[in-house]
Amino acid sequence: MNAGKIMRNGIFEENPIFIQVIGMCPTLAVTTSATNGVGMGISATIVLICSNIVISLIRRLVPDKVRIPCYIVVISTFVTMIQFLLQAFFPALNNSLGIFIPLIVVNCIILARAEAFASKNSPAAAALDGVAMGLGFTLALLIIGCIRELLGAGSVFGLTLLPSFFPRTIIMILPPGAFLTLGLLMAFLNVMQRRRGVTNAKTNQDPSCDGCAKSAGCADCGQ
Amino acid sequence: MRLVVTSTPHTRSKDTIEQTMREVLLALAPATIMAVYYFGLRALLIILLTMAASVAFEWLYQKITKQTITALDGSAAVTGVLLAFNLPVSSPFWMPIVGSFFAIVIAKQLFGGLGQNFLNPALAARAFLMAAYTPLMASRFTAPARNLFSLSVDAVSVATPLTQMRESPFIPAAGDILNAFLGNTAGCLGETCALALIIGGVYLLIRRIITWHIPVVYTATVFLLSVFLGRSGLMTGNGLFEIFSGGVMMGAFFMVTDYATSPVNDLGKIIMALGCGVLTVVIRFYGGYPEGVSYSILLMNLFVPLLDKYCAPRVFGVKKKGGAQNA
Repeated sequence: MNAGKIMRNGIFEENPIFIQVIGMCPTLAVTTSATNGVGMGISATIVLICSNIVISLIRRLVPDKVRIPCYIVVISTFVTMIQFLLQAFFPALNNSLGIFIPLIVVNCIILARAEAFASKNSPAAAALDGVAMGLGFTLALLIIGCIRELLGAGSVFGLTLLPSFFPRTIIMILPPGAFLTLGLLMAFLNVMQRRRGVTNAKTNQDPSCDGCAKSAGCADCGQ
Repeated sequence: MRLVVTSTPHTRSKDTIEQTMREVLLALAPATIMAVYYFGLRALLIILLTMAASVAFEWLYQKITKQTITALDGSAAVTGVLLAFNLPVSSPFWMPIVGSFFAIVIAKQLFGGLGQNFLNPALAARAFLMAAYTPLMASRFTAPARNLFSLSVDAVSVATPLTQMRESPFIPAAGDILNAFLGNTAGCLGETCALALIIGGVYLLIRRIITWHIPVVYTATVFLLSVFLGRSGLMTGNGLFEIFSGGVMMGAFFMVTDYATSPVNDLGKIIMALGCGVLTVVIRFYGGYPEGVSYSILLMNLFVPLLDKYCAPRVFGVKKKGGAQNA
């Protein structure tokens, strides 16, 4: 698997939030502002890169039956380190992210990449996968956080953008706003993808795939 | 003899969506007139604005998604009027537009349009506006000014009867009940005048747009449960005051009965109305809000698919499960 494909996978084609729909808990809970979203994204990315490397290194040593507990121990080590760093250098961010920092331990994205990628690939590829998936995650949180903060509080990264007479839609920074934003964004991306998919199918000259019922979600196309 | 073989349905009702919606709009007219009488032309302006915005959003959505345009079938207009009935007269004019967008695009069209929405669009929009602009929605009620040509908003906001009741339960006098019945109280545009809503509701019953099950069971449940549970101890409630205050009458005739979000058959309707009634009283008496009609209906909307499934009548010719062998 080449580097470009790993990067594209993480950020666009298999974006952990918009495509794989994993790691919903932090996504919905901490994106009340752009700062919180990015803070969460970067914290999780660092944990993801480190844990991917270590898990890839020990992948031949860990017995299959106890691999999940081993992954958890590795992941929680890095999460503890991140939490100490946040407490020391970004206490405000640490306070607003609260319980969701320790909860990175059970973040689906990190466990899923450990299981699906790091445990089967070389440390270099695993590190790159961590970077790509982490970027995809951070990007998604950034977009959701910006939209929610702009509509709900009238600002982005704490910078007031909307004039004061413009009504603040408080619901957007409450839990329902997270579901509304995420749902509408996913719908929008699906529409976009479908449009692109239509044009791809038209330009696709390979006759063997046209009649295939699975061609829409088929990874082995062209075989 | 000529045999004609066709697939079902074999008989078709002559009713059309347009006709039904026209009847509903007509039934909403008395409450609209009373809203204008009590709250002035500003009320009319808000109602017309919400209606126009709802129709416009439906048209726009269908245009953009290249669907058949059905924006003028009246259903969006009905949603608009019902949403406007849920707003206080002091609403700034952008609020009906935001509400219409949520009702039509998010609650109705994104789920497939008329008949496919699982929540009452007007109430979904009300819940959205309540959470999004709480100060504007919940604490700016004004007493009926009865000044037809006043477009400005009375600066003094007063508590609705239900809010007063919630803050310090009182025994409503005959005058309080009469005021609630006639609509001479603070409240949302369309909900205050119980009399006008009942006239509209009875018209719908006579025209067979709705059946008696939901209005009767819902109102009776709220009445009996309010009397029984009481605001200050068992059996201290005033049922008449409770059913004429707030949105009970509007809910009973126009909201719970929405075709798309209520069960198809009678048993289902009765269970739904019962659930709405219980939730309304529970929210009013023990919940965080003074009024629970809209949330009770939204919650029961979620049970409609289940009610439709379990209340389906036995299909003709099919044996009852566990019934006699040779029945």
